[in-house]
Amino acid sequence: MKVRAALAALCGIGALAGLVLGPSAPAKPGPAESGRQLYVEGCSSCHGMDARGSPGRGPTLRGVGAAAADFYLRTGRMPLADPKDQPERSDSPYTGAEIRALVDYVASFGGPPVPRIDPRRGTVSEGNQVFSDHCMGCHQVVGQGGITTQGVAPDLRKSKPVDVGEAITVGPYVMPRFTDQLSRREIASVARYVDYTKHPDDRGGWGIGHIGPVPEGMVTWLLALFALVLTIRVLGEGTS
Amino acid sequence: MRRLLRTLLAVIGFGAVRRRARRRHEEAQARRAERPTEPDRRAENLVVAALLLAAAAALAFVVLYLVTPNTQLLGLTFGGALALLGLAAALAGKRVVSQEQAAEEYPEFGDERAQGDVQAVVEESGSSISRRRLLLGAAGLAGGALGAAALLPAASLGPNVDGTIAATPWRRGRRVVSRDDKLIRAEEVSESTFVTGFPEGATKESLGAPLIIVRVPAPELRLPPDRLAGAPDGIIAFSKICPHAGCAVSMYRHPRFRPTAPKPALVCPCHYSTFDPSRGGKLLFGPAGRDLPQLPLQITAAGELEAGGDFYDSIGPSYGRSREKPGRKD
Repeated sequence: MKVRAALAALCGIGALAGLVLGPSAPAKPGPAESGRQLYVEGCSSCHGMDARGSPGRGPTLRGVGAAAADFYLRTGRMPLADPKDQPERSDSPYTGAEIRALVDYVASFGGPPVPRIDPRRGTVSEGNQVFSDHCMGCHQVVGQGGITTQGVAPDLRKSKPVDVGEAITVGPYVMPRFTDQLSRREIASVARYVDYTKHPDDRGGWGIGHIGPVPEGMVTWLLALFALVLTIRVLGEGTS
Repeated sequence: MRRLLRTLLAVIGFGAVRRRARRRHEEAQARRAERPTEPDRRAENLVVAALLLAAAAALAFVVLYLVTPNTQLLGLTFGGALALLGLAAALAGKRVVSQEQAAEEYPEFGDERAQGDVQAVVEESGSSISRRRLLLGAAGLAGGALGAAALLPAASLGPNVDGTIAATPWRRGRRVVSRDDKLIRAEEVSESTFVTGFPEGATKESLGAPLIIVRVPAPELRLPPDRLAGAPDGIIAFSKICPHAGCAVSMYRHPRFRPTAPKPALVCPCHYSTFDPSRGGKLLFGPAGRDLPQLPLQITAAGELEAGGDFYDSIGPSYGRSREKPGRKD
């Protein structure tokens, strides 16, 4: 099985290897080889030497595909210091080339490819509707992030359209997968809406962090209260 | 004749009082003329300027409202007009109208003569009433009628809802459709996702309509034996309306890897009531007073989802005492 997988990896990545490294680097290990090497160094302690996972530490990576590997590695969610932690967005310790090699290695075990997301194919209004139906409960209506019980729904302001597409396809950590219910156009619309929420047009004036009506009301009250107290102080001067 | 004389006397008397008051006023003016107050021209000008500016801002609001209703500018002009008006009033009060503080002496407490006067006045006040009982009766009637008028509108507090609250559109054999009226097939409900369903051919707006449907691997189901048949192939449906405050339960915590993440749960985004789908919507955490109501499902020969009956428990937000405790609907 291991041999077959390695063979598949070599065959699948062979063409790409030629493109990425070219003939000028014959001495360096090929990407499949370097991917395997990086995997053994950085991932195998939890996901197992044969990527079948290890009990209580990490899930199998067979069948998760390039979508999951690219999402977790490129957003710095993996590697994880402690397998019990929630994976969170951070700066990846890997270089772009290393990530590509690792993604190719994991993709060689089968699974969905990195989805192609073109936000221009969707609309902001449809994205808003789909986002309100499926995503808002955890990620907040303008993607500021929030909490679910025993988990944190991340802020989406750093998410690129491809990150959104991958998360919808993969269902990372405790998030459900939504590919069964959403069409490609709807996913593109969600990505476009998430892009829009990074710079929403604040028609009412100040956005105040876009975290909702409660802080807006509080700011108004504090300002108005301050102004009122000041006015009363000025008017009442000298009459006591 | 007598009446005319009386009127005449009254007019003369009133005139005399007014004459006396005017004379006092003139005396006071003469007395105070010794220390005249200079009119503050600058303050007057300032007040006039503030008033004119307020008028200009208010007019600008009118023009803007008609021409280009820009929210920020409208707020600025209207708020500015109010603020300037306030400024004018404050300036006028403080600087234009001359101010002087004068202390008036209070009569001493416990002045016996004054007390006697008050007592006499109180005693006299009721002495001229001849039809006391009639007056009291009328007052009582008016008070009672007013009280009734104030209380009666309570009868209009909402329509009588008794049966309609518990009623749901779900019947045995009613099929489940998606938001865009497509029939939902059993295989569309995979383990790592949730599906929102509605009753076929009924309004989607009613509280009892929306469902949240998930698939729990059969060995993990921990349902009471009489509910097992309602979750064919581990597909289990719940009312999407949280029994706490009626929000839509739209969060499905579904871990990719069980040992390192919290276990699966349906979570309401409003107050984080958390329900365990594998145990029939049992409340795990949060302010909801009871479990998420489960709807029995069955799969048709064509593989579509349909209801196996109405919900096991009454749906919708809890109110009063009737829904605080979990219990089967009769």
